Amino acid sequence: MIDINESVMRILLALVVAGPLLGAATALLPAPPGLRGRSPAQAVLRHGVTVTGVILVAAVALALGFDHDHPSKMQATTDISWIPALDVRIHLGIDGISLPLLVLTALLAFLCALYSYFKPPSGPSPKAFVALLLLLETGTLATFAVLDLVLFFLAFETVLIPMYFLIARWGGEDRTRAAWKFILFTLLGSVVMLLGLLLIGIKAGTFDMVALATDNGRSLTTSVQVIAVLAIGVGLAVKTPMWPLHSWLPDAHTAAPTVGSVLLAGVLLKMGTYGFVRILLPVAPDGFRTFAPYLAAFAVVGIVYGSLACLALAKQGAKGDLKRLIAYSSVGHMGFVLLGIATMTPTGVNGALFANIAHGLITGLLFFLVGALKDRTGTTDLDTLCLPSPDHRPAPSGTAAPTASLAGAALYARAPRLGGLLAFGAVASLGLPGLAGFWGEMLALFGSFSPAAGLSRPAFLTYMAIGAFGTLLTAAYMLIVVRRVCMGAVPQQTPTTLADVHGYEFAAWTPLVTLTVLAGLWPRALLGLTDPAVQQLLAGGTR
Amino acid sequence: MSAPAQPLAQSLVQSVDWLAIAPPTIAAVAALAVLVADLFLPESRKPLLGWTSVAGLTAAALMLLPLLDGDRSTFCLPAPARACSYTADHFTLVVQFLVLGGALLTALLSMTSLGDERRRIPAGEYWFLLLSSAAGAALLPASRDLATLVVALEVASLPAFALVGIRHGDRRSSEAALKFFLSSVTATAVTLLGISFVYASTGTLYLTQVAQRVQHVDGQLHTLAQTGVVLTLVGFAFKTAAVPFHFWVPDTYVGAPLPIAAYLSVVGKAVGFSGLILVTVVAFPSYADAWGPALAALAALTMTVGNAGALRQRATRAYSAVRLLAWSSVGQAGYLLVPIAAAGYSEDPRKAIGSTVAYALMYAAVNLGAFAVAALVGRTKSLNRLSDYRGLYGTNPVTALLLAFFLLCLAGLPPGVIGLFAKVTVFSAAVDAGLGWLAVVMAVNVVIALFYYLQWTALLFRAPEGAPARHRLPAPLTAALALTGALGVVLSGAPQLVLRFAATGLF
Repeated sequence: MIDINESVMRILLALVVAGPLLGAATALLPAPPGLRGRSPAQAVLRHGVTVTGVILVAAVALALGFDHDHPSKMQATTDISWIPALDVRIHLGIDGISLPLLVLTALLAFLCALYSYFKPPSGPSPKAFVALLLLLETGTLATFAVLDLVLFFLAFETVLIPMYFLIARWGGEDRTRAAWKFILFTLLGSVVMLLGLLLIGIKAGTFDMVALATDNGRSLTTSVQVIAVLAIGVGLAVKTPMWPLHSWLPDAHTAAPTVGSVLLAGVLLKMGTYGFVRILLPVAPDGFRTFAPYLAAFAVVGIVYGSLACLALAKQGAKGDLKRLIAYSSVGHMGFVLLGIATMTPTGVNGALFANIAHGLITGLLFFLVGALKDRTGTTDLDTLCLPSPDHRPAPSGTAAPTASLAGAALYARAPRLGGLLAFGAVASLGLPGLAGFWGEMLALFGSFSPAAGLSRPAFLTYMAIGAFGTLLTAAYMLIVVRRVCMGAVPQQTPTTLADVHGYEFAAWTPLVTLTVLAGLWPRALLGLTDPAVQQLLAGGTR
Repeated sequence: MSAPAQPLAQSLVQSVDWLAIAPPTIAAVAALAVLVADLFLPESRKPLLGWTSVAGLTAAALMLLPLLDGDRSTFCLPAPARACSYTADHFTLVVQFLVLGGALLTALLSMTSLGDERRRIPAGEYWFLLLSSAAGAALLPASRDLATLVVALEVASLPAFALVGIRHGDRRSSEAALKFFLSSVTATAVTLLGISFVYASTGTLYLTQVAQRVQHVDGQLHTLAQTGVVLTLVGFAFKTAAVPFHFWVPDTYVGAPLPIAAYLSVVGKAVGFSGLILVTVVAFPSYADAWGPALAALAALTMTVGNAGALRQRATRAYSAVRLLAWSSVGQAGYLLVPIAAAGYSEDPRKAIGSTVAYALMYAAVNLGAFAVAALVGRTKSLNRLSDYRGLYGTNPVTALLLAFFLLCLAGLPPGVIGLFAKVTVFSAAVDAGLGWLAVVMAVNVVIALFYYLQWTALLFRAPEGAPARHRLPAPLTAALALTGALGVVLSGAPQLVLRFAATGLF
C-alpha cells in the first residue's frame, strides 16, 4: 500500500520478532528513573503496554509496506547463517499466509497487555507476568516469521515455558494440574515433531522452508514423506488441537487467567494449523495425501465432538463452565480449519486460513468477555450464573416449570452492553453470514465438496455433510448459552446490577469487534492476501 | 661422550615434545607442589593452596592454546610403524579443555566448601587428590595405546575414591567411597582382562595398530579377540555410569563433598566417554556391528533408568536435590552414548562422535552451574532437599534465575537454547544413522526429564515456606556461577561455538 524500503521492512520484521524478547529481558530489570510510575507494578505493566504497542505499530507498518500485488512472494526477508554446524539459518520472511497471523498476534498481545494494565492479574508480581507475556509474544511471532525448520521448532518450543507459568502462577482452580497437562501434551507432541523435522532436513539436505517448498517433496521418497508427515503431524495436531489429542485444551483454558486464555485460543492454537499449511502441505505433499482422509475424518469427529460436549455443558444442571465450553467450541472450530487443510485445495486451505484468523478474533473476544463476567460475578459456572443472586431460589413445585424456563443470568437487563457483546461474540462464533466466522467454515466445506485430485471424493462428501451438521449443533449450543446468560428475568427481591463495560474494556474489545465485522463484510481483504500464496504453495513452493 | 654412542642414545632416549604434554603435566606438577607446600604452610594460610591449584589448572588450560593446530604427537615408535602413545589432536584438545575447565570450576566450588568444613576436610590432601585426578583425566583423551589408557583411567579414578571418602568421621562418606571403589575396581579388572585378550590376539597395544590387526586375527583366536573387545568396553561403560553400572552414583554423590559430586558428574563422565570413543572408534572400528547395537541398547537403558530414578525423588527427602542431579546425570549419560552408538552405524564414525563432544561441553557448563547453586543452598540448608529451593527467587533472584536457566538447558527447552540445540545434534546423529527407535526412546525420555526439571524450576518461584533465608554469596562461588552462567548465555546466542564439533571430524 505504501512504499517502504526493503531494508526498512527487514529491520521492521527483525524488530517484530526480537523486540518482545528484549522487552521481556528489560521487564525484569528495575525501572530506570523517570519511568518508575506510581508503583513498580504499574511501571512494569506500562512497560508491557509500550513494548507490545511498539510491536503492533511495527507489524501494522509491515502490513502497510507489504507488496499486496505479490502476496505469494516472500518479503522482508533476512537470511543469515547462525549455526553452520546444523545448517541452521536465521531466515525470516513474510508472505500472504503469515502476514495476517503476524498482525493478529501483535494485536492480541497488545490488547492483552492493555487489559492487564487496567486490570492487573491476581497473583504474584506483575513483573514476571509481563516478562512471560512478552516471551510468549516473541515465540508466537517468531513461529509465523521464521523460514527454517529448526528455528520453527525453537520458536514453537519457546511458548511452552511462558504459557506454563502463566497458567500455573496466575491461573484459577486446579491450575497446577492443568499447566502440567498442557506442557506434557505439547512437549510430547513437539519432540516427535522434531524427529520428523530432522528426518526431512537430513534426507533433503536443507532445513530451509523456502527451498523445501520449492522442491515440493521431489527429493524425498514417499516413505520418508509418510513417516515425516506422521511425526510432524502428531506434534502439530496436539497443538491445534485435533480430536482425540485435545484433552489438554479444556483444562488449560479453564485454569488459565483471562489473558492467558485469550492468547492460547487466539494465537497459540494457530501455530499448529500454520505448521500444517507452511510445512506439511508444500514440503511433503505425497505423505500428506496419504494422511489427508484420516486427518479430515479426525477433524469432523472433532467438530461434532466439540459441539456435543458444548451442548452437554450448556445443559441446565450440568455445572458447565463457560470457559470450558468455549474451549470445546475451539476444538470444533479448529476441526473446520483442519478439514479445510485436509482437502488440499486452494479453496479449502484459504478457508482454513480465514477460519484461523476469524477464530482468533472471535474466541479472543469471547474469552475476554467471559473473563469480565467472572470478575463481576465471581464465577463462570453456567448454573451458578443463572441464579442471579444467592438468595434466589426456584419457586416451589407446581410453578417450577415456568420459572425454570425463565431462569437466566439476565445480562441484558443487568449489564446491557456486556450482554450485547456476549451475544455478538456467540453469534459470530456460530458462523452468522456477514461476520468473520462464516467465510472460513463455508470455504472449508466448499473445499471438501471437491477435494484435490487423488483424494476420495465420496469420503470428503461425507465429511462435508457431517461438518455441515456440526454447524447446526454449534448454532444450537451458542444460542442456548446466549439464552441462559443474557436473557432471563431479573429477580424482584434483590435487583443486583452489574458494572457495565468499562472504558478500558471497550478499548480492548472494540478492535476485535470491528475486525470481526470487517472480515465478515469484506473477506476479500484477507482472501486476496492468502489466495495467491496458497495457490503457489500447493503448486510447488514459494518464490 | 664418544661419537658412536650418539645414535644409540637417540634410540634409547626418546625426544619428548614437552609442549604437547604440557596440560596434564602442569596439572600433575601443581599437584605435587601443593602437597609439598601443605607441609610448610601454617593452618591460617591454607586457603593459599586453593588459589595455587586454581592457578595451576588455569595455566594447564592456557597451555592448550599453542597446541590449537592439533597436529602434535609424541612418544612414538620409530619411523616405519608411526604409532604414537600420546597425540594432541582436536579431539584431545577439546576433551582436555572440558576436563581442565571442569576441574577449575570444581576448584572454585571447593574453596567455599573447604572453608566451611575446615575441621573435617584436610586441605592439602584434598587439593593434591583433585589435581592428580584432573591430570589423569587430561591424559586420558590423549592416550593412543591401551596401556596408557588404563594408566590414565586409574590415575583419574584412584584419587576420586579418596576424595569421595575424605570427610573425617562421616560414615556415609566412607560408605560411599567403598561402594564406588569396589564397583570401580571390579570394572577395571574386567577391562584389564579384556585388554590382555586383545593384546594376546593382536600382539600390540597401540590403538591404530589394534584397529588394523584385529581384522586379521588367526581363526583360533577369533573368540578371544571378540571377548577382549567386549570386556574392554565394560570398564569404560562403568565410568560413564551407564546402566547397569550406575548403582554407585546416587549414594556416592550424596556421600561425597558436593564439589566432588560435581566433579564426578562432569569430569568423571568425560573420562568415561572419551575412553569409550577411543576404544570403539579408533581401536575397534571393525567391530562396529557388535558395539553399535550394544551401545544403542545401553544408551536407551541408561537414559530410561536414570530419568525414572530422578522422577521418583520426593522433594522432602534428605539430599533429594543432589540425588536428583545424580540420577539425572545418569540419564544425561544415556544421551551422551547415543552418538557413539550412532557412530557404529555411520560410514564416517569419527564424525558422528562430534555430537557427543558438543553435548558434553554444554552439559559440563550447565551441570556445574546447577551444582554451584546446590553448593550455595547447601551452605545454609545442609540437608539440601528440593523443598529447600522453594522461594529462592524471593531471596536470591539472580541465583534462582540462573538455576532455572541451567535446569531448562539440561531439559532442552527455550530459553535454554544451547540445551535444545545440543539435543538436536544428538537426535540428528541418531536419525542420520537410521536409529529411529533410539531417537523415539530419547524423545520420550526428554519429556520425562522435562517433568522433574520443570518441577524443580517451578519450585524456585513459589512463595517460600517459613522465614526465607537469604544465602550469602562467597567470592569463589560467585565466580563459578558467573562463569557457568556467562558460558550458558553466550552459547545460547552462538551455539555454533560448541556445535561445530558436531559437524567436523575431530581426529
